[in-house]
Amino acid sequence: MPSSVMPMINPTDGRPPAAAISATGLRKSYGDKTVLDGIDLHVPAGSIFALLGPNGAGKTTAVKILSTLITADGGQVRVGGHDLTAEAQAVRAAIGVTGQFSAVDGLITGEENMLLMADLHHLSRQEGRRVTAELLQRFDLTEAAKKPASTYSGGMKRRLDIAMTLVGAPRIIFLDEPTTGLDPRSRHTMWGIIRELVTGGVTVFLTTQYLEEADQLADRIAVLHDGKIAAEGTAEELKRLVPGGHVRLRFTDPAAYRAAAAALTGAAHDDEALALQLPSDGSQRALRSVLDRLDSTGVEADELTVHTPDLDDVFFALTAAAPVPAQPKESAR
Amino acid sequence: MSTLSLAARDTTTMLRRNLLHARRYPSLTLNLLLTPVMLLLLFVYIFGDTMSAGLGGGDRSDYIAYLVPGLLLMTIGSTTIGTAVSVSNDMTEGIIARLRTMAIHRGSVITGHVIGSVLQSVISVVLVGAVGVAIGFRSTDATALEWLAALGLLVLFALALTWIAVGMGMVSPNAEAASNNALPLIFLPLISSTFVPIDAMPGWFQPIAEYQPFTPAIETLRGLLLGTEIGHNGWLALAWCLALATLGHLWTKKLFRRDPE
Repeated sequence: MPSSVMPMINPTDGRPPAAAISATGLRKSYGDKTVLDGIDLHVPAGSIFALLGPNGAGKTTAVKILSTLITADGGQVRVGGHDLTAEAQAVRAAIGVTGQFSAVDGLITGEENMLLMADLHHLSRQEGRRVTAELLQRFDLTEAAKKPASTYSGGMKRRLDIAMTLVGAPRIIFLDEPTTGLDPRSRHTMWGIIRELVTGGVTVFLTTQYLEEADQLADRIAVLHDGKIAAEGTAEELKRLVPGGHVRLRFTDPAAYRAAAAALTGAAHDDEALALQLPSDGSQRALRSVLDRLDSTGVEADELTVHTPDLDDVFFALTAAAPVPAQPKESAR
Repeated sequence: MSTLSLAARDTTTMLRRNLLHARRYPSLTLNLLLTPVMLLLLFVYIFGDTMSAGLGGGDRSDYIAYLVPGLLLMTIGSTTIGTAVSVSNDMTEGIIARLRTMAIHRGSVITGHVIGSVLQSVISVVLVGAVGVAIGFRSTDATALEWLAALGLLVLFALALTWIAVGMGMVSPNAEAASNNALPLIFLPLISSTFVPIDAMPGWFQPIAEYQPFTPAIETLRGLLLGTEIGHNGWLALAWCLALATLGHLWTKKLFRRDPE
């Protein structure tokens, strides 16, 4: 289903009409524990949306609900233009899910896993073999195709998992922590795979606890904290929510540290680490002025680091115990 | 695709997957066959003389004839323990979560297990039956129709126990718990008329042994293969099979509809 013919959802509220996923007031609790406390989501078709949050924030629960695995306690959800509860099978036909723990059948081979998916998508035998061979090739699994999936490495399992998800050519793909537990190389491979997915017009809804990952991949990011969306926007919008960056100077000689501290007024002192921290936008001119001031006192820093505000700052600012800014979503726009 | 052909197609796919598992990892199935085969050999060759004397002075081949029908049904009980274990294993695997989020026929996951397990039971029964024949079991006067009825009974019994075993597998959090929960399936035939006739048991225990699911099925199978009196046992066996299959089916359906943990 191309996104252009997707049903219009909420056409009047000023948002882009084609929403792959839209949720309002999504709630879920287990006993006394509220996991999702009325969250709203709007994911435009053809984009990558990241749900960012620490462990236990409710990310997996959100994916489980949106992918029809479990039922919500309340809220309105439409996925791929279909109502989640009333038209669950239609939703299932539009989505593909790769869970946090590999959803592959470890007892059979990678190829058999793929053919199983092809059969369940009711492809003809010939078509199933073609798609299987093509996807195994694309995800660099051809060599391991005849080995049981349980013998695969973490990265291979994850690639097989995504390959299986793609057999049915879903328009909306859920990836629950797609890179958790992967080594750096596999993580970068996975990022490439995810970027490739959206070039074909697919919508990707991913969860991650890695800020860098959300920053790298996502068009829009929602920070989930304590069952609520603490902030939502592009990476740039979110970064604007927190104070700017700084330059950090570290010394090994206490005398040099003290001299520098005297010369650089306005710096925050970290006496224990012998480090100074100056507010800075990270530009060349700002750096030069810091260096000039250091030169004039004749001391040399042992280490200089430039810190621009990143999503870590946003994340810590938003998920700290302190109350989050009221309506950060609005101020970010 | 119509609902029925969708159901048939997806069930076939799931069945193929389960048979692939069984073929690739036959050790579980074969291990479960050991119990009935060992018991058969133990009771024939070690306890055989005493047992046949207790039966009223027959020789060892008479006791083989007495023993085999019960052990065939015990084989089904034993095989379905494997069903409980593999269902429990399967439900904790990520693949089931994937299947639940796909637009497939909902029941096919379970039905695939059930049909696969019944087929495995039938194969196991044939293997244990072959051991029985090898050590001297012969059906005395069974007609073709009686053979057919015997096969039907075995399949129906396997179906009933399988549905229960699938339910047991689904409520068990892991394989160990599943194999413990399914223990009655191998324990019940020990307190049936498999090894000794009901009237050789203490009086207070006789009703329990007589009306539990295994004894009517054993007596019916004996009647069909050996020409002994079936009496009301035929209807009783049929009723037990239908009741257990229905109960297991409804139980399993309810369990599968729950939100997974």
